[in-house]
Amino acid sequence: MAARKTTKNPNVSAEEMLGYYRDMLLIRRFEEKAGQLYGMGLIGGFCHLYIGQEAVVVGLEAAAEEGDKRITSYRDHGHMLACGMDAGGVMAELTGREGGYSKGKGGSMHMFSKEKHFYGGHGIVAAQVPLGAGLAFADRYKDNGRVTFTYFGDGAANQGQVYESFNMAALWKLPVIFVIENNQYAMGTAQKRSTSTEEIHKRGEAFGIPGELVDGMNVLAVKEAGEKAVAHCRAGNGPYILEVKTYRYRGHSMSDPAKYRTREEVQKMREERDPIEQVRAMLLTGKHATEDQLKEIDKEIKEIVNASAEFAKESPEPDVSELWTDIYAEAPAA
Amino acid sequence: MARMTMIEAIRDAHAVAMERDSDVVVLGEDVGYFGGVFRCTAGLQKRFGVERCFDTPISELGIVGTAIGMAAYGLKPIAEIQFADYMYPGYDQIVSEAARLRYRSAGEFTCPMVIRMPTGGGIFGAQTHSQSPEALFTHVAGLKTVVPSNPREAKGLLLAAIADPDPVIFLEPKRLYNGPFDGHFDRPSVPWSKHEAGDVEPGYYEVPLGKAAVVREGSAATLITYGTMVHVALAAVAESGTDVEVIDLRTLLPLDLETITASVRKTGRCIVLHEATLTSGYGAEVTALVQRECFYSLEAPVLRVAGWDTPYPHAQEWDYFPGPERVRRAIDKVMEAE
Repeated sequence: MAARKTTKNPNVSAEEMLGYYRDMLLIRRFEEKAGQLYGMGLIGGFCHLYIGQEAVVVGLEAAAEEGDKRITSYRDHGHMLACGMDAGGVMAELTGREGGYSKGKGGSMHMFSKEKHFYGGHGIVAAQVPLGAGLAFADRYKDNGRVTFTYFGDGAANQGQVYESFNMAALWKLPVIFVIENNQYAMGTAQKRSTSTEEIHKRGEAFGIPGELVDGMNVLAVKEAGEKAVAHCRAGNGPYILEVKTYRYRGHSMSDPAKYRTREEVQKMREERDPIEQVRAMLLTGKHATEDQLKEIDKEIKEIVNASAEFAKESPEPDVSELWTDIYAEAPAA
Repeated sequence: MARMTMIEAIRDAHAVAMERDSDVVVLGEDVGYFGGVFRCTAGLQKRFGVERCFDTPISELGIVGTAIGMAAYGLKPIAEIQFADYMYPGYDQIVSEAARLRYRSAGEFTCPMVIRMPTGGGIFGAQTHSQSPEALFTHVAGLKTVVPSNPREAKGLLLAAIADPDPVIFLEPKRLYNGPFDGHFDRPSVPWSKHEAGDVEPGYYEVPLGKAAVVREGSAATLITYGTMVHVALAAVAESGTDVEVIDLRTLLPLDLETITASVRKTGRCIVLHEATLTSGYGAEVTALVQRECFYSLEAPVLRVAGWDTPYPHAQEWDYFPGPERVRRAIDKVMEAE
């Protein structure tokens, strides 16, 4: 095996860095394509893009091991791609086709993969948080050393069930990492207008849950924090809170013109803090990759994304009979 | 008189109510600074101040619960739940507190509040943005439930709901916000500016709760419905060529049984139509009442047309949605029976 070129961060190899670049770029290009298909009318209804937040899931997936679980809200495409779910299956779910992960029944917000230990996209704000605690309970019960990444947003952090979950997770020492993806807007309401304290990661203190603030635009910072949290959980110390400060470039959903913030604010983030550009710059200035190598990755990603869109267009619409399946194990007599 | 969308009419109702009564306050997710995701409260914060129209966290239980406290103290809160599908965390407060406060305090405390929620489908919202939960409210004694079907009445019904001394659930069919939708999803949508029910009177007026409207007179059968389905019913009747009377209930509780029975006794045939799932849906209640009140006038079994007993689908919205085709088939069937 060739000697590993190291980056400035001694824990990360050049290959790993390239991997993060690739994974984040896949999410970005996938989401851009989803936005295009939405504009063309191939995707309808609610569609929440992850553009800008890519470093959060990619950094945390870098800290995960096989068998660890993840569960999140409705802004879920990035989580699925980052844990290795197939881009075509995700895109086909967005277009409501048979080849989608939920056979077109779930849509953008509701997909699952037992194989990848992905317990869903959930459309109701914060509803996944107690479920995440339950998954972690099962891991503790089975004593299998696994952890659960339970993702939710700064908006969801104001739902009562989050605190019921905190209490139970701390009480039962559940191996769950509560990842608060703080993109600073609860739908259209800025954090300062909806949240009493700025430091959401401190909200675990009352329950005895340690928490920390993480730069969510920096994939390496996310990974490092994730590793610390994972180690805490695996050692049987109970839950951990990561407030990952991030930013979504697009509106809350496709139908949101995002008039509650200025164009300049978004532009400044994109120019100064973009998570993909940061890694790209690190790779190039550290001479860990050449422009040509990165171009090659861009090309490869483009092919994957285009293929996913083709699949999502070609896959047939589900049969009408599917309306009546998967409601009960056995349908009750009418 | 101005032509308005249902959104503008609802916004106008808020403004009129806030203007005439300083105890009226508006709260909910995104309702203040942003003006609501459907724009129903746009401009209210600017006009009436942040004390009277304000943003809440995403905390439905908290929104409903604090509104109940405000109401018990004499304010008149209008709480917006962003989608009816988001109501469930607040449902405990609605059922256990709002609906029961008057009863358990023997009338000493009351809860004069309105909880507004966009309801129903037709916008590709799938299972968490399309549900029609009206039966969950009509099943609870102590609540009133209103479902408007056009801008003019939406304004008057909302003003009546705000003036009402009891808690009122105000379900706004979101598919009707911008225009009357007759269920023909493959045809161009019609805006309210092209519909006479888009004419909204200025100032204060009420459309009384508990009064249904006969929106089409007919003699062959009675079609009872509300909300989006009023427009679907009218289209289906026009296409069927059968002289069906169409009743828009407008208020589900209190229910205008008088208008219903007068019609069914006249026609002898009855269909109940709603978008919500069939089993234990509101149609079951109407059907039972029609059977009790009009038994000797009925010439055919009362039929129900409703959403299927499935979750609201993502990919198969129009297979789920009880559109004009299904209503037409029901009209033919109810006419067949001797």
